[in-house]
Amino acid sequence: MRFAFTQEQLDFADAVSDLLSKECTPTQLRVAWENETGRIPGLWDRLVEMGVVGLLAPEGVGGLAMTELDLVRIAYEAGRVALPEPLSTVTGVVVPALRDHAPTADAERFLTDICAGSSTVALGLSANPLVENAADASMFVLEAPDGLHLVDPDVVELTPEVSVDGSRRVSRVSWTPSSATLMCGADGAGQALDRAATFTAAELCGLADTMLALTTGYVTERKQFGVPIGSFQAIKHHCANALLKVEFAKPLVWRAAYSLSLGDPDASVHASMAKAAASDAADLVGRIAMQCHGGIGYTVEYDLHLYLKRAWALVAQDGSAASHRRKVADAVLG
Amino acid sequence: MDLTWTPDEQAFRAECRTWLEANVPNPPLPSGDTAEGFALHLDWERKLHADRWAVVSWPAEHGGRGASLWQWLIFEEEYYRVGAPQRVTQNGIFLLAPSIYEFGTPAQQDYYLPRMSSGEDLWCQGWSEPNAGSDLAGITSKAVRDDEAGGWRLYGQKTWTTRGAFCTHLFGLFRTDPDSVRHHGLTYLLVPLDAEGVTVRGFGRLDGDEGFAEVFFDGAFVPDGDGDPAAGGVLGDVNGGWGVAMATTSSERGLTLRSPGRFTAAAARLVELYRERGGTVDDPGVRDAVAQAWIDAEAYALYTLSDVTGIVEGRSPGARSSLNKIFWSELDVRLHEASLRLLNGESELTEWAGPDGSSVENPWLKGYQFSLSGPIYAGTNEIQRNIVAERVLGLPRK
Repeated sequence: MRFAFTQEQLDFADAVSDLLSKECTPTQLRVAWENETGRIPGLWDRLVEMGVVGLLAPEGVGGLAMTELDLVRIAYEAGRVALPEPLSTVTGVVVPALRDHAPTADAERFLTDICAGSSTVALGLSANPLVENAADASMFVLEAPDGLHLVDPDVVELTPEVSVDGSRRVSRVSWTPSSATLMCGADGAGQALDRAATFTAAELCGLADTMLALTTGYVTERKQFGVPIGSFQAIKHHCANALLKVEFAKPLVWRAAYSLSLGDPDASVHASMAKAAASDAADLVGRIAMQCHGGIGYTVEYDLHLYLKRAWALVAQDGSAASHRRKVADAVLG
Repeated sequence: MDLTWTPDEQAFRAECRTWLEANVPNPPLPSGDTAEGFALHLDWERKLHADRWAVVSWPAEHGGRGASLWQWLIFEEEYYRVGAPQRVTQNGIFLLAPSIYEFGTPAQQDYYLPRMSSGEDLWCQGWSEPNAGSDLAGITSKAVRDDEAGGWRLYGQKTWTTRGAFCTHLFGLFRTDPDSVRHHGLTYLLVPLDAEGVTVRGFGRLDGDEGFAEVFFDGAFVPDGDGDPAAGGVLGDVNGGWGVAMATTSSERGLTLRSPGRFTAAAARLVELYRERGGTVDDPGVRDAVAQAWIDAEAYALYTLSDVTGIVEGRSPGARSSLNKIFWSELDVRLHEASLRLLNGESELTEWAGPDGSSVENPWLKGYQFSLSGPIYAGTNEIQRNIVAERVLGLPRK
């Protein structure tokens, strides 16, 4: 029994975190909010160079042949900086889906391109009505009632929409499933949702930690009645409640990744527990952060909203807390 | 990361399970917080001790079997899974013992620990006073120096002392430096309750059980640390009691008092209750509440695995043990609230018909009332939140 990451896993996550803390600052996020793609120019290529993008792909196509457990801590670091790159979707879901289910030739070609950073595959799970980064996708993995399909952009019709998170470029997609595009059945689609829920949960824990860090920093500096507002018990208890919620969500998230990496039959329930807890945590921490910041938090000049709005979006992606609690209830209560 | 048990640990689990299933009282014992129930619980404690299950993690010479922290977690899981009785010895074995191991002299360890594990000495905690609850450093009970007799004379009052009415000994904080204030000048004393000058008065708790007590001291004598342990003594340094007490609170708030097995077992029983009664209750939210309780119990179990991994590898949880205390105590309340919702209009019943038709205690109402004490004892959750904010998050004290 050992419930902790290995030193190698922590070192890899730290190396990614070092890169992101330099290349994904609030200033760069603001650039992404305003530019055409919503992404930070050049950053995906840097992640490709580090091997992060192809982490779950086999070595033969340029990947690292690592597992969900190696990725989850990196997804958490991505959340901490509100990384506007499709790490959880492409690296965490699309790559293993192609690896496990695509016809060999397709898998080899797409995975090689993804690992080299030369193509981006957009993901549309039926839990999510909106697809991110669809406009420049070179391929789509889309879910239909019969499973996951590998779909050419030529036959997908896009209707762009506007997200509250300015770095999320989302579209509705319409397409017609056919047996020719079917990549795997409902089991494979379910597994894709489990992975998506787990990595999004990890990002939400990271977002929650950053919102809490901004808050504790602010309430230590901000003075009212002649003292830092963080000395007031009302503020202390808000902050303690925020930490409590996120610290007890994390173990569920790490465990979900562990179970996925082993193909544990309970992995799906574990992923649902993780997403339910992480969504609730990010929701609560966001509200507490807003309240403890007061007026400054209610502006777009202060950075809190960059993280808060991404949290709002991700809380609802890959299944809400309520939908995942229902899945847990169905599994546990019958 | 490896969430599996070794073959040795699995064998240990099987050994625990076999013994517990063969020996657990059936039907379950009544509450241990009445005189009659306490006596039955003592019989059980002695049975545990006779087969060396009372304190598995202690060394053999003190009544244990030298089990690892992991094995202790396994034992606790099995203990609560089989529905074994509450531990009426817990304030001694879980709260005082870690401090005796850390601060006691060899003579104190050799004298107290075996008597504690065997249930011969039964310890209660003497911290709270009528005017010192959350503000523990506001203690006014005092120990006055008696040089002639070589020890201390105690004066004052302790209160809300769990099972104080049934215990034989008390560990508590007393002001030994009359000029001291706050947490300075306090000493951690070990006091036999049959000493002359000690009066114990039991009173009823919220659930009606009379195990609560107030303890009055009027000149009771406790010798210096290296005196005769049978007459009591000083644990740690004179005027250094606060440090000893804080070591005890971290056990109480942390995992030694409330192992996750307790809550995973309660969540499993709640699931059974849902299967029996869920379909009859007009309450669309209750299914969600039961699922949430299950998730919370899993989260607590996993959090503990991560804590124990840290401890085994030399990382102390420190002030984070306050997070732990807030979580388990509030999870316990939510879990029992969900159970009462499932009982619908029958939740008020204190007893109902058991499997053999005789009247048994309604465990859910009992558990609910007990759960309400969790956010209060061991330092209120308001105090814990202050500790988390100041010592984990670094917010300013003033």
